[in-house]
Amino acid sequence: MKSICFYFQIHQPFRLKTYRFFDIGNDHYYYDDFANDDIITRIAQRSYMPANQMLLDMIKENGKKFKVAFSISGTALEQLEQYVPEFIDSMKELADTGCVEFLSETYAHSLSSLVDPEEFIAQVKAHDEKIYQLFGQKPKVFRNTELIYDDDIASMVASMGFKGAITDGAKHILGWKSPNYLYKAASAPKMRLLLKNSKLSDDIAFRFSNPEWAAYPLTADKYIDWIAALPDEEMLVNLFMNYETFGELQPRESGIFEFMKALPRFAAEHNIEFMTPSEVVSKMKPVDVLSVMHPISWADEARDTSAWMGNILQDEAVNKLYCLSERIRLIQDKRIRQDWNYLQASDHFYYMSTKHSSDGSVHSHYSPYDSPYAAFTNYMNVLSDFLIRVREQFPEEIENEELNALLLTIRNQEKEIEELNREVEMMRNNIVKDTTGDFAPRVEEKPEEEPEPTKKISVKKTVAKKSPAKKVSEKKSAAKKAPAKKTPAKKSAKK
Amino acid sequence: MKALMFGWEFPPHILGGLGTASFGLTKGMAQCGDMDITFVIPKPWGDEPKDFARIIGANTTPVSWRDVNWDYVEGRIGKVLDPQTYFDLRDHIYSDFNYLNTNDLGCIEFSGRYPDNLLEEINNYSIVAGVIARTVDCDVIHSHDWLTYPAGIHAKQVTGKPLVIHVHATDFDRSRGKVNPTVFGIEKDGMNNADHIITVSNLTRKTVIEKYGISPDKVTTVHNAVEPLSQELLDLEVPPKHEKVVTFLGRITMQKGPEYFVDAAWQVLQKVRNVQFVMAGSGDMMEKMIRLAARRHIAGRFHFTGFLKGKQVYEMLKASDVYIMPSVSEPFGISPLEAMQMGVPSIISKQSGCAEILNNVIKVDYWDTNAIADAIYSIIKYPGMYKQLREQGLEEVNQITWDKAGAKVIDIYKRLINR
Repeated sequence: MKSICFYFQIHQPFRLKTYRFFDIGNDHYYYDDFANDDIITRIAQRSYMPANQMLLDMIKENGKKFKVAFSISGTALEQLEQYVPEFIDSMKELADTGCVEFLSETYAHSLSSLVDPEEFIAQVKAHDEKIYQLFGQKPKVFRNTELIYDDDIASMVASMGFKGAITDGAKHILGWKSPNYLYKAASAPKMRLLLKNSKLSDDIAFRFSNPEWAAYPLTADKYIDWIAALPDEEMLVNLFMNYETFGELQPRESGIFEFMKALPRFAAEHNIEFMTPSEVVSKMKPVDVLSVMHPISWADEARDTSAWMGNILQDEAVNKLYCLSERIRLIQDKRIRQDWNYLQASDHFYYMSTKHSSDGSVHSHYSPYDSPYAAFTNYMNVLSDFLIRVREQFPEEIENEELNALLLTIRNQEKEIEELNREVEMMRNNIVKDTTGDFAPRVEEKPEEEPEPTKKISVKKTVAKKSPAKKVSEKKSAAKKAPAKKTPAKKSAKK
Repeated sequence: MKALMFGWEFPPHILGGLGTASFGLTKGMAQCGDMDITFVIPKPWGDEPKDFARIIGANTTPVSWRDVNWDYVEGRIGKVLDPQTYFDLRDHIYSDFNYLNTNDLGCIEFSGRYPDNLLEEINNYSIVAGVIARTVDCDVIHSHDWLTYPAGIHAKQVTGKPLVIHVHATDFDRSRGKVNPTVFGIEKDGMNNADHIITVSNLTRKTVIEKYGISPDKVTTVHNAVEPLSQELLDLEVPPKHEKVVTFLGRITMQKGPEYFVDAAWQVLQKVRNVQFVMAGSGDMMEKMIRLAARRHIAGRFHFTGFLKGKQVYEMLKASDVYIMPSVSEPFGISPLEAMQMGVPSIISKQSGCAEILNNVIKVDYWDTNAIADAIYSIIKYPGMYKQLREQGLEEVNQITWDKAGAKVIDIYKRLINR
């Protein structure tokens, strides 16, 4: 029995506003709210919402035999929550049917898997948390940004406990092999690989309404016939596409919704069932091992990563961004962490692509910029400002390691202080209980706080002085003292 | 195929882009093979390259008969013209032009420049063209720019061969809208009489169609190209510098938009100090620009070099980190291509014809000084921007060669001849 595995991708980046070099150091808000609102609202109206309704109808009609999976980036979820909250509700409704699986990915739709493993893992966790918080599911199958994949990524993904991953059935990787099987990853044999069937996926996503296409018009029975006609051993057809396919890439008038609605009926006639990726992973057996030395993706003819990291501009932007990551991991400031996420979206780098072939035209089509150079200039201006803000958090002279140590002592102190406070409170309470009635403690609480700050500062100072003293290196001690004093001072100032 | 071309300038004695473009195109066409080109200019100096075109000077073409012998002609003009050609031409004098100011050889003197009596010189040039057209056998006539249109029309009337006119610029570009009616008249007459019109950009093509009312199917764009630079120029050494240099190079006239450069420079200097701005060239707006820079309090960072020639141009480019051409209206604009050849990242206005064929440059609206300033800032601040533009620009410009342009022109010739 053959199975169709649908997975739809939803992603929107936070597009940047025109950010001039005059703004560097002056304006810390980077986003084009109008464009972001406008685009996501339009796409939601034309595509996401009607498509959700379509899926809901299909699931109801087919008695839960119809199943799909979604991969929604964190940035898209944030925008949807903000601008189209009704979509989140509709998605929750879909999730409640039990026929919809949510996949894991990087929160920011980032390229971190290629440049920064630690960041990558953190983002995947952040994304899974978001999905759990919204839809109550813990993703079991991983899908990377733009289906980027190689053996190193496979190891990382497997180490996080995922049972399967999704990537592209790139011809130069598969060779004579077919994407219509389940594979296992060479670097992590326990992890299964689902490969996109490009031909059948793109028939729907790109060719469906093209009257010049030989197979036009595409009908559901024709399409299912194609799948049924595949060799018997090829049991799995992975249809992966952007969710915008429905209503946006293929307009409503093209009949795409009706086409989809008719699929389950014809599938049932041919005894073809629908599965979610995690069902595939648990039910099917892998036929072979797949090794991918160099990263692949689902983009362009070459199926490589050159659309995001293929020229000097992109290299500089990516490097400049990710050389901040260690420092940012030490920063708690919420706005900085948020910007850090938004700036990582792969789209920013895609806009800088200078591939001028037929592929290149696709790039420019989706770009809000005139040229890759304009995209680069704007992004770098924003990044320059971001850099200033990151540096303002901690003095630049301190090495990351040293800073980490200092922050650790501070955090430990905080815990210590908390414990001490609790102790003090307990003791006071004991005293209070001994002497007075019921609401006395409340009255007492306030004056209690008075001595706290002084205590805090005094404790911190002693520890701060200790830390450089412990490390005997004479030269550095002067430099260390200064920042050590600064940081607690800041803390107390905030409080 | 034999082509008779009329031009006004030819290297090495050039005054503007017209000479460079005419020369490049002729050479490119010669490279395509099977071309026999006769190129007429007002006043040859004798050191013009002759290996791919025969050059005839208007000032060595007799229009009234003089009884001179071979040796005399050899001694007088042997440097620039084969005496035999002189006698061939003399056999084709078609009217009595003794009322004109002719010299001992029966020739009219030409300045070969753009003198005050330019219209008279243009008229004389077309008289001479009558003699040449009767002498030189050709399949097609090709006139470069408005100065030679009357000559082309005359040659066409004499020979009955198709006339191609090559629009390197129109008076709308030169005058920023305030068109000289006489010049417009000559241009319009040339376009009406031409069998086909070649423009150097789609921008110019549009002007020809819209402002001169020419049928679109008669106008084809053939973009200009560049000659590869000699190794000597590429290897030029310039003293090391400690500051970034942003260069404007060209005539300082209204057409080139120098004031937008000053404004963008002022913006950049608000944020970065270690940048120098250079305005190389001369023109009627130079003093105004010096005053403007002073008024903006950036005169200390702003340099005016005056007119640069020959090697100086390339030395200036070599010392630059950014090249900028904010032209208000530029039919083509060859200089950004030269800057790219020297590996200098370039910023050009969208109102320049060359913007139609260049990808690895920054294109801005000439009036958008914010965008110009942003682009300058980006190139001097972000190494990736500089490197990408430099490397990709070089690669791109090396693909823009005259033989490709030449082949397109030959195609047009063939279509006209076979019509």
